[in-house]
Amino acid sequence: MPDATLRVYRGTPGQPAHFQDFQVPVDEGMVVLDALHWIQAHRAPDLAVRWNCKAAKCGSCSTEINGKPALTCKARLSDFAPGETIVVEPMRTFPLIRDLVTDVSWNYEVNRRIQPFTPPADVPQSEWRWQQQDIERVQEFRKCIECFLCQDVCHVLRSHETDNLFIGPRFLVRAAGLEMHPMDTADRLPFLKDEGGTGYCNITKCCTEVCPEHIKITDNAIIPLKERIADRYYDPFRMIWRRLRGTKAPAPAPAATTKA
Amino acid sequence: MLVAAGFGAFIVYSLFSALIWGPVFNVPYETQGYLSPFFSPLIGQGILPWWFSPAVLILWIPLGFRTTCYYYRKAYYRAYFADPPACAVGEPKLHTGYAMEARFPFILQNLHRVFLYLAFIPLFFLWLDAALSLHHDGHWRLGLGSAILFGNAFLLTGYSFSCHSLRHLVGGRLDCFSCTRRTRVRYSLWRRLTGLNGRHMQWAWLSLFSVGFADLYIRLLATGLFADPALRP
Ligand code: SF4
Ligand code: SF4
Ligand code: FES
Ligand code: FES
Repeated sequence: MPDATLRVYRGTPGQPAHFQDFQVPVDEGMVVLDALHWIQAHRAPDLAVRWNCKAAKCGSCSTEINGKPALTCKARLSDFAPGETIVVEPMRTFPLIRDLVTDVSWNYEVNRRIQPFTPPADVPQSEWRWQQQDIERVQEFRKCIECFLCQDVCHVLRSHETDNLFIGPRFLVRAAGLEMHPMDTADRLPFLKDEGGTGYCNITKCCTEVCPEHIKITDNAIIPLKERIADRYYDPFRMIWRRLRGTKAPAPAPAATTKA
Repeated sequence: MLVAAGFGAFIVYSLFSALIWGPVFNVPYETQGYLSPFFSPLIGQGILPWWFSPAVLILWIPLGFRTTCYYYRKAYYRAYFADPPACAVGEPKLHTGYAMEARFPFILQNLHRVFLYLAFIPLFFLWLDAALSLHHDGHWRLGLGSAILFGNAFLLTGYSFSCHSLRHLVGGRLDCFSCTRRTRVRYSLWRRLTGLNGRHMQWAWLSLFSVGFADLYIRLLATGLFADPALRP
């Protein structure tokens, strides 16, 4: 097998960055992360790479490969044309630490702003019951491995100064999973509309395209949240209806509770 | 780019057909028992001045429905606003202070459901027109025109039923699907609409094409360019 050519971003903040080319011998089944490890072992021991599971399950190895946000441990060398230079760069949306490693801690701060799962206080956990059909939607969202590739690709976070106005697709997925949970009693819609900035998403679906877990982020999480927000704040018929009945906003949906 | 061209071409064609073709070039929108979908249901006949096209009274519904449709929004934000031009590229600095659908005017996209409700009115009349076109001048016939009108009504029904807002209203807004008999029925409807919704883009393009094509067919038929092939008992 011919060698692969990797062009790897090198740099630290405040220093001029550059690309460095490496020829890497290719073995069957190799992924980009294997090639980066070979470079570390044989050519550039100081190359900074983050990884953990090498099984596309921990979400640590996110980078941009040929301009597309991707996991290095999932990108097979055999998927590139023979002789094609494989360009590996850090995620551009997050601050650089060194080489391919970025600081994604902003995401953890955002996560803390979302009200966690809130089951009814008066129902003991032993009595929680629900059916598969109630939880299917939530299960899709639980597949998230927090690779933050969707946050990286989202133009709202990437190209606009909106970091504090928009929580990003990953956290809309999390919020949707909580909002749709049959046992959850919290009401996150005011947060999602205002601080969460759901309106900033313009449903252009780049997040869905890059998600390594194939979560239908836009169709199954974001659009349903936008619709729930529209129910509450923008539906003229519902507004009239609520006015007629004298209720201001609908009470949060009751939990499935103890139905057998 | 294909998206921008396709949607743009449709808007130009529909405006030309609705506003100019009849009044200026004298090509009728109704011929041999076929009514152009842009004009259905026909209202204001005999009251409106010659230069005022009755399509104006109808066309704002489907145009509003499509303009606020989640699929078309995606397509034209990308194609016309370069927001984003493609995934994971820098955007041209066309605007600052991005707020998209969080502020006026795009916050009005939240009214999509209103257009959804309204869109069922012309949809009903399109099925009716297709059915009525089977009987013309006191005789039954199965013309190519009727087949086109039925096809168009079918594709528009698929488009409307695959709508994200409808999927939400039917069942998506529930947190518990299994709780009552009512929610279980809504769940099974939601499942079905979810299946259709997965192909919303295809429904959107096919139905856009079919409306334009049905109108074009009827207009050309009216100019006498060709005769409507039909089976008659
Ligand atoms: S669909 Fe919304 S959240 Fe996803 S990438 Fe596009 S703008 Fe960002
Ligand atoms: S939603 Fe998908 S792309 Fe986003 S963090 Fe989770 S797994 Fe990664
Ligand atoms: S190393 Fe765990 S996802 Fe790539
Ligand atoms: S989402 Fe496209 S018609 Fe409603």
